Formats: sequence, structure tokens, C-alpha cells
Amino acid sequence: MSAEQFFAELRRIYPADRLLTGRAQLAPYESDGLTSFRARPSGVVLPETQQEVIDTVKICHKYEVPFLARGSGTSLSGGSVPIEDGLVIALNRLKRIIRYDAEQRVAVVEPGVINTAVSERAAVDRLYYAPDPSSGPVCTIGGNVAFNSGGAHCLKYGMTSNHVLGMKVVLPDGTVEQLGSDSLEGSGPDLTGMFIGSEGLFGVALEITLRLLPKPEKYYTLQAAYDSLEKAGTAVAMVVASGLLPGAMEIMDRLSMDAADAAIGAGYPKDAKAVLIVELEGTSDEVEAEKPRLHKVIEESGAYIIEAARDDEHRLKIWKGRKSAFSAVGRLSPDFIVQDGVVPRTKLGHALKEIDKLSEQYGIRVANVFHAGDGNLHPLVMFDGRQPGGLEHAEELAGEIIRLCIRLGGSITGEHGVGLEKRAYIGEMYGEDDIEFMQQLRRSVDPLELANRGKKLPSAEAPALTSVGAHPLEKQGIISRE
Amino acid sequence: MITPETFDELQQAVRSVDRVRVRGGGTKNVLSADATISTEKLSGILEYEPSEYTFTALAGTPLKDIAAALAENGQFLPFDPPLVEAGATLGGTVACGLSGPGRFRYGGLRDFFLGVRMVTGDGRVVFGGGKVVKNAAGFDIPKLVVGSLGRFGVLGELTFKVFPAPATWTTIRAEFPDFKSANAAMIRVAMSQEEVYCLDVEPTGAVSIRIGGLGDAQAVRTDRVRSLLDGAQVEISTGEAEQQLWNDIREFRWVPNGHSLIRLPLNPGQVETAEKLLAPQAGPRRYSVGGNLAWIAWSDSAAADSLLTACRELGRKPLPLIGNWSGGVPSAEAGGAFETRLLDIFDPQRKGDLVPS
Repeated sequence: MSAEQFFAELRRIYPADRLLTGRAQLAPYESDGLTSFRARPSGVVLPETQQEVIDTVKICHKYEVPFLARGSGTSLSGGSVPIEDGLVIALNRLKRIIRYDAEQRVAVVEPGVINTAVSERAAVDRLYYAPDPSSGPVCTIGGNVAFNSGGAHCLKYGMTSNHVLGMKVVLPDGTVEQLGSDSLEGSGPDLTGMFIGSEGLFGVALEITLRLLPKPEKYYTLQAAYDSLEKAGTAVAMVVASGLLPGAMEIMDRLSMDAADAAIGAGYPKDAKAVLIVELEGTSDEVEAEKPRLHKVIEESGAYIIEAARDDEHRLKIWKGRKSAFSAVGRLSPDFIVQDGVVPRTKLGHALKEIDKLSEQYGIRVANVFHAGDGNLHPLVMFDGRQPGGLEHAEELAGEIIRLCIRLGGSITGEHGVGLEKRAYIGEMYGEDDIEFMQQLRRSVDPLELANRGKKLPSAEAPALTSVGAHPLEKQGIISRE
Repeated sequence: MITPETFDELQQAVRSVDRVRVRGGGTKNVLSADATISTEKLSGILEYEPSEYTFTALAGTPLKDIAAALAENGQFLPFDPPLVEAGATLGGTVACGLSGPGRFRYGGLRDFFLGVRMVTGDGRVVFGGGKVVKNAAGFDIPKLVVGSLGRFGVLGELTFKVFPAPATWTTIRAEFPDFKSANAAMIRVAMSQEEVYCLDVEPTGAVSIRIGGLGDAQAVRTDRVRSLLDGAQVEISTGEAEQQLWNDIREFRWVPNGHSLIRLPLNPGQVETAEKLLAPQAGPRRYSVGGNLAWIAWSDSAAADSLLTACRELGRKPLPLIGNWSGGVPSAEAGGAFETRLLDIFDPQRKGDLVPS
């Protein structure tokens, strides 16, 4: 069977404006947030109904054409880079909130719904959808599900999988199934949990049932400056030991502060080596009671400036500085790689020292921004892609950082996923048998390996590294990396 | 019954039996009566680093031991597992997917279970997940085995996330004139910003609400919760009496002799219908987790079929745990294509099936 027949069948579903095959039309779909990777699909379809998605998957299966389901393409691990000559199923038009039930605190959404749109819908009832990746205003729930996305508030509330109760999915051969339900409690194996974070390898989510939480009544955010990165790390351990459970704890190093200062004039203390952001949240009375305790811990931790958010506006300013750090690094360097390793929290200080050493050894600047509360590091490895070998040299350093995380008993990815970028390392985190087992699971679900082929698991196929630089949306300041 | 003492012996045991049926503490007799493997000797906490908020323990470790170790460091299991005092083990609790009333606040067992080393039904040792609180690498095998009733294999080593325990607890028990108004109050509290830990309703019209946190704030927070209760008669408990109250609930001391204990997931919108369907024949029952879970005592003299019919009408699968239950285990029935394809790898011979497929 030929490509012509394949496209002829697709044309029976899609009018010309929803089946893209022209060179220029395909260009926007060649890459994602990890711009180092690029591949050209044979076509892009823009389904508007779930049935169109199902039919498309069936046609792909019939003609054995690999496919990639895609949201807004904000993946930082190359998860939504297409398969060379495969089909892209762009889900952005499936953006209905099918059910919103405040009393039951659930929303059922289609995969193309934007992350923050859920909280916007629920705001009238003072409810919200907790996972808050930095790309929230752009990224889709379907993408969040595929990559089990995180955010700054994972310490207390977990990642995407902790907020999805059930899903309607289409498996890679076109079988449609309901996993889980709309209850917080399940029966039988947690198939929803297994599907989430599978990076598209198990199929496409068509309807996702989300758990909504009451919005915290009060936030209390403070920013503390330290004369060493180590002291900031120790402060995190001290907050944890105090029995407080902040919604978020974030650390930025000097280089990230410089970047944020340059980009948005964040105004960090000039001589600080690190700033720590801690955010308490909850009922106002509880937060009031926790405040003095937090201040005591932070004072004892050796912070030399402690600045508490006076009001909402001030709080947002503090967060803006933090969230701008990634794209702001673009001001210090033409290109950079975002890492996403996790180390046990108690080894944060050690990990940072090692990264510093590596940075010197390689002669490459590395800025550090991280979710300190859960040991999730985001080293930003800076390089100039126009220099011959610049990218390769930076990738080598990035690889060393990943291996460091594995050695310290952590993970190669906290929230960005393996995608294309970290496939070479997953085999170092898990044993050979474990990887083989995962391969078998994948092949059992998808014997033809059609769904998002070449991602997550080690594989021979990989698109070439062809270009570098910031994501187009990033350049416009629409998205930022976390 | 084989009682392995090491991981290797566990693997041997799985390979040597025709049917993989596991018994931990034996607290859920309906599911472990015909066990072929016991995890009794696979017990102990392997790693516990309080400042990491994580621990790793063997599957046969009694929850009681874990709770005690955590309490020494001011921490707890936020999913509030049941049957701790009865002797339930960590592995059994995972396999049954059991969380208690306190899971309403932060999430259930699935949300705190990070990593697993297990022996698959065909005798392979597999590791899934990780040992850190955040990890997006690999397939989420830990989630898959939650509630799987041993069908994918036998759990060996488990890593969990924990949280600091609230310094003080307060329980507000409100009596409403009828179930309908109690249920309405439950919804109001669930939608409020009061951040309660437990939210249970009883058929009599009683609503129990548990709040936790720093002592300084408890009195004001209690008043705020009361303001949502329509002036209902309330009883406030604190201290040991309060602890005892929830212990009795979690240990199912309210289930009379001659009754089976059944767990049934619901959504809050189904609670009134469920109560209508159950009231004629069920024994004592509680609607827990803000209406997301029913615990039902079912008399030996009542027909199991009536309960199964009610569950079908609700579109939910019950899980019987304790007693002389004769109605089978609907939660263990074979699922759809996704589950089947995963099982084909984990347990091609279906040695772990409770219900012959």
C-alpha cells in the first residue's frame, strides 16, 4: 500500500485546509521547545472531533505509518518533534471543556485545552487545576498528560498524574477505551497512572478527567538572599526539618539572577550568590500561624536580606523574576540547553558543587535555577551554536550533569520527560532488563511501534541535530522554560 | 504456602507456584484466604531519610512499624491507610489500593507511591519508578500495580513519599436532621477553602470533618468550618479522643459481626443515589473522602447479588475485603485491551488472576 492511498484515505476525513502537506505548511511542526532537533513529517492533520482522531489513528495503523500526537509543541525534551515522514496529529482544535462540575470538583476536557484555561474556567467557584508548568498559558493538557508535566508547586501537590482521575484514550491500533473514572478512588489497576507520562507511546488521550482543588485562600511568599549557594540549600533542609510544608521552594544562583535582571529588571541584591523563594499557602489563619515560624527558620539559616511579598502584585513580581530566568538566559548566551535532573534533596549542595566544577572544567557557563523543594535541578548550559562543535561540547557537559544525578540516586528527568533528548541516558538510570521490559510493554501495546516512535526509550532512529536557538514563542516572550 | 525470606527466594517462589496469590498481614481475608506465598518474612524499612520525605521498605513491612518510624520524626503517611492496627502490610495496602479518610487532603496511595521492585507473574525482577520525590523517566509501573490485587506479580520493595504531620488535629462532628442536608453540607465543605483532611458522611445525617495544622490556628479554623454547617448541632473533639475516633473508623470497628466489609468508589454526585440503593439491605456504611468512597458493611444474611446489582447500577466495581463474602471480586475482573496487553508481558500465563478469565 502506498503513501498515495494513505493520503487519499485521510482526504476523505479532512478538507484541504486541515490536511497540510506543503513544505511551508509543515515547517511550524518540524520542531518543539527543544529546538536542537528537527524532522519533517509527511503531513499534518488538524482534527476537530475525537472521531477524526480515532479514524486517523486507524488509518495510520492500516498503512503502518508512524504518528505523533501534538499539542502546542512546548516540550523541552523533543517529545513533540515529529517522526521523519510520519504523520502529525495536531490536537489544538480539540479544545472543548466537555464537563465542568464544581460540586464534584472535576472537569472533563479534550486534549487541546490549554493548561491555564482549566483554572480560568474554575475560578468562578474558587477552584483551580494545580499543575502549573511555566508554559501554562500555551501548553495543552494532552501534552501535560503525555509527559506528566510538573511545575513549581509539585512539592505539595505532585505532578499531572496526581490530578488526572480518568481518561478516554485511543490505543495505537485504534481501539478506544475508558481508563479510570471520575472518582478520586479507583478500582482495579491504576491504568490511568500507567498511561500518563508514557510520552505518547501508549496512544492518544481524547478526554481527560481532571481533579480540581479549592484555590488556596492565602499565599505568603518570601524571598531571601544568601552569600553562598550552599547556605540557600541548607535553608531548604531547615524549612523541611521544621515541619512546615510550603507550596513551593525555589533557588536561583547569581547567573540566573543576572539574566532575570537583564531581561526584566528583577532587581535582585547585587552581591547575593543565591536567592531562595519560599511560598506558604492555605487558609489565612493557618498561613498567619506559619509565618513567624518560617521567618525564624530563614533568619537562622543566615539569609542577609529577607523580603516578604507585601501584596499580590509584589508576589507576582517575585514569581515573574523566577519564571523569566530561563528565557532571560537567552540574553547572556545565544543558545542554551535546559537540564531537568533530580537529586535527593539532601545532596543538592553536593550536586551544585559538582556542577560548578564541571562548568569550570568545560569552560562553559552554567546557570542554576531549581525547584529546591523536590531536588529538581534546572541547570542552563550556555553555548554558542554558531561556534563549530559548540553544541556538542555543551551536550557533553549536559550529559555529565545527568550522570551525576543518576550517581546521586536521582532521576534523569523530573518533569520534562525523556523525549528524544535523554534516551541515551535512560539505560543508565534503569538496568538493561528494566529497559528491555519497558520495550516489551511498549511493543505489546503497539507492536508496530507507530505511536511517537523514537521517543522515551533507547532507539536507533533519531532525527539529526540541525539547528539551535530559542523557541520562536520564547523569543516573543510568550512562553518560558521551567 | 511459601514464606520467602529474601528477594531471590521470592523470585524462586513465584516461579515455582502455579497460582500467584499473596498474603501479607492477612487482614483482608477475602483476598488472601487461598494464598500460595506469604510476605511475612520480607519485612523491614530499608531506607528512611526524614529530610528527603521518602522511605523504602519491603512489601511485608507492617504499616504499624512504618507509622511508628515516621511519627518519631513528626511525619506521616498522608494517604491515611486503613487497618494499621490490625496488622496490614505495605504491600497488601498497595495491591488493594487502599487509602483512608485522610486522603481527601493531599491524595491517595497512588499519589505517594514512587518506586517499586517486584517479581512479575512470570518470575522476572523489574524495577519501576524512582526513589526521589519527582521523576518522569520510564513507565509508571508503581501506579499500575496500585489496586491490581497482585495480578501483575508480587511486590518486593516499595518507595514512598511522606509529609510532615500536622501538629494538632480537631474533629467537628455535625448532626443534620437527614441525609440529604448532611450531603449538601459535605459538598459545601468540599468546595470551601478550609482545606480539611477528612470529610465523611453517615446515613444518619452525621458529617465528620477533620482539620489539622498548627495549634494557634485551630480554634479560628474550627469556627470557620462551623459557619458552613447551617447551625447544625456539633461536637468538637481534640487530643486522644479525637485520634481514637478516626482509628475506630480506619480499623472498621464499626462493622458488626456477621458482616463483610466492601469498598466502593463513587463520585460525590452519586452519594444520594447510592444511599437509596443500599439503605434497604446494607448494614452500617460510611461515605468517605468527600463522597468519593463508600465503605459498606454487608450482612451475611443479605444476598450478595443485591449489592452487586446496586454497584452495577452505579457503574462501579466493589472490592470485598473482610468477612464471609460470597459474591466474588468484581474489581479483579479482566479489563480492556490496554490492561490485557500489559498483562501479556507481566503475567502471560495469568498466574495471578483472582477471577478466571
